[in-house]
Amino acid sequence: MTQDSQGESPVRAGWPLYEVFVRGKRGLNHVHVGSLHAADDQMAVRHARDLYTRRNEGVSIWVVRAAHIVATSPDERDPFFAPSGDKVYRHPTFYAIPDGVPHM
Amino acid sequence: MTATELATTELQRHFERTIEHDQRIEPRDWMPEGYRKTMIRQISQHAHSEIIGMQPEGHWITRAPSLRRKAILLAKVQDEAGHGLYLYSAAETLGAERTDLTDRLISGAQKYSSIFNYPALTFADVGVIGWLVDGAAICNQVPLCRSSYGPYARAMIRICKEESFHQRQGFELLLTMMRGTSAQRDMVQEATNRWWWPALMMFGPPDADSPNTAQSMAWKVKRHTNDELRQRFVDMSVPQADALGVTLPDPWLAWNAERGHYDFGELDWAEFKQVLAGNGPCNADRIAHRRAARDNGAWVREAAAAYAAKHAEGQGR
Repeated sequence: MTQDSQGESPVRAGWPLYEVFVRGKRGLNHVHVGSLHAADDQMAVRHARDLYTRRNEGVSIWVVRAAHIVATSPDERDPFFAPSGDKVYRHPTFYAIPDGVPHM
Repeated sequence: MTATELATTELQRHFERTIEHDQRIEPRDWMPEGYRKTMIRQISQHAHSEIIGMQPEGHWITRAPSLRRKAILLAKVQDEAGHGLYLYSAAETLGAERTDLTDRLISGAQKYSSIFNYPALTFADVGVIGWLVDGAAICNQVPLCRSSYGPYARAMIRICKEESFHQRQGFELLLTMMRGTSAQRDMVQEATNRWWWPALMMFGPPDADSPNTAQSMAWKVKRHTNDELRQRFVDMSVPQADALGVTLPDPWLAWNAERGHYDFGELDWAEFKQVLAGNGPCNADRIAHRRAARDNGAWVREAAAAYAAKHAEGQGR
């Protein structure tokens, strides 16, 4: 990791940051719950279990190094999302259907 | 106005609108430097309080009177560690460094809640800490679940859910002792006498002496003033004390029908300031213990880092 290339001691610079995702129960998606520091991937999974599932909050855990996450820019008005902004016809409410028509 | 100033004004306006609409500020959003600093300070001092808060009760784990009480206390103290870690994580989303924060706790550059500088003298203190100290913490923390800073609000939601067990186990412990011998009942009363006033101080200085309150309320990082929350806590605690059969150590405590609240006596703010300044009964012990934990654990962290480095090398990464 970067702290090694900068010549700092790994203890001083700390363990890398991991983001934690937990599946609450079967049928649900994994959801981001927070982050933690760990020396390696296996320790990250164990720490995630101890930190985020002390009360049966999960049946499955994913951890990923925070540095490996690729994200959109933080601005919510980013033009990146513009293509979906003007397509109201993608929503069912765009279409007027007479009241008497059943099951629609 | 230069182009940069214009852009900053626009960002500032967007930030304020987000807060006005009761939406959350998220880690990578633009935010005023003052907001960032305030949040880092508030969240990390809250984290420090959780970590130091393990100590007063932690000392009783090996001396708990039954396996049941020991398991409960262990789970509670482990939760406090967990709460500290959720909060350090939230502070890190603002650009703070974990090791820097923990060092600031030990150097005294950052503070923690003054309540943890009082000793837990008997096992009844463990119960009263759960009932009053965790009760006051809940009072303080429930409104923080709506803090404008998203990661902090989310951490607080988790913490509040878990904190409820802390208060109930304390109250149940005290109920059990109150049904015991007269010596046990005396222990509960004495512990209540010790913790009542320090618990009221947990809400911070009176509103008139709390210069940061107005800005924190405007930023919605604080939802009620210190005095409002203190009053709420007193009103909640009186019927609980009655149910328990203990007397709260305040001769001025009386229902005020006109206000619809309990009146209560003046707090000893000189004592509060002394404890904050480092002169409480246990300030030096708490920090010395924390420093020893960090120093004695260094070889474990070094070994884990060395193992990880060697393992990564072996995999050719």
